[in-house]
Amino acid sequence: MAFLDYYKILGIDKTAALKDIKNAYRKLARKYHPDLNPNDANAKKNFQQINEANEVLSDPEKRKKYDQYGADWQHAEEFEKAKQQQQSSGSRRTGFTGAEQEGDFSSFFESMFGGSAGAGRGRQVKYRGEDYTTELHLELIDAYKTHTKTLAVNGKNIRITIPAGIENGQTIKIPGHGGPGINGGPNGDLYIKFSIANHPTIKRLGDNLYTTVDLDLYTAVLGGEITIDTLSGKVKLTVKPETQNGSKIKLKGKGFPVYKNEKHFGDLFVTYVIKIPTNLTDKQRELFSELSKS
Amino acid sequence: MQIENLISVDVFCTNHNIEISFVRSLQKMGMIEIATIKETEFIEVNQLQQLEKIIRFHYELDINLEGIETITHLLQKVNSMQNEISALKNKLRLYDENE
Repeated sequence: MAFLDYYKILGIDKTAALKDIKNAYRKLARKYHPDLNPNDANAKKNFQQINEANEVLSDPEKRKKYDQYGADWQHAEEFEKAKQQQQSSGSRRTGFTGAEQEGDFSSFFESMFGGSAGAGRGRQVKYRGEDYTTELHLELIDAYKTHTKTLAVNGKNIRITIPAGIENGQTIKIPGHGGPGINGGPNGDLYIKFSIANHPTIKRLGDNLYTTVDLDLYTAVLGGEITIDTLSGKVKLTVKPETQNGSKIKLKGKGFPVYKNEKHFGDLFVTYVIKIPTNLTDKQRELFSELSKS
Repeated sequence: MQIENLISVDVFCTNHNIEISFVRSLQKMGMIEIATIKETEFIEVNQLQQLEKIIRFHYELDINLEGIETITHLLQKVNSMQNEISALKNKLRLYDENE
């Protein structure tokens, strides 16, 4: 539990008047407010700290306690306890009562002031709870089919349905599963950002998939049939005679399902990589030589 | 427009402890839409998040309406650029590991 220098956080002097505190807070809040810094975890952390500093320093009682004990805030706990118990037994107890809320304030704040009181704004307004963000890692094959997953968010299990076709970096919102509202306000939302790992052989761009397939020289020259792996299973392909190295074919509808329209699929593009035979026998070398003269 | 997707401006303003004139100013500036049904003004539920964000800008950060309008435009740009970056990153993945 690190000590937080609220004056330093707000960039003000210890003798700062309430007006100066408000001004400093507003200036920094405009810089770091999460609404102004979407998807910026650092800004969110800074905002939490300046909010907390403002919460304490703009409340005369809290400020007095903070000023009195400051870095030695642990002694404040002992002092308060001694006052409450009249006759101190000297035993150690951790935490103030009412410090069960979490999310908006540091553990330092909660130890001193017992959780987020929400005081000091002057308006008894119902505030919407904080939005939570989390990242979920999936394999490409997982994103190919609609499936459900259970996530543990702040001690609660949430079952979510992940629609097929979700993109790497895409964020979905789960309404009402963020932080609890203040003064009876609605809960915040939970935002889940998806991180989809690369597949070893199949690449994805939007709804289309791309893969390369090795083709032996003889099949490339004479044509034939090969079987390739796709995300929906094995597919038999007819290779045209005289297929060139690097040539591409398109398998319509064998790509990725379209997000929230999973009856429709993108295409799969297959690039042929022709493998030249190695370790030729004398006979083979002779035949190639003959071919080259024909 | 379905009535269950609407919240009356009166109720909204009472809950958020704000002046109705503030919401009307936002409407005048084209930042939100207000529907009038049988002489009662309503806001569509899908606008609530944006409206609450505007309220935070104004009442918590002391930003005036012109400033909020500018910020809203810039945030839309940021959002679109973040989407573009995400799409480009996905495109770059095509060339990862394979090369």
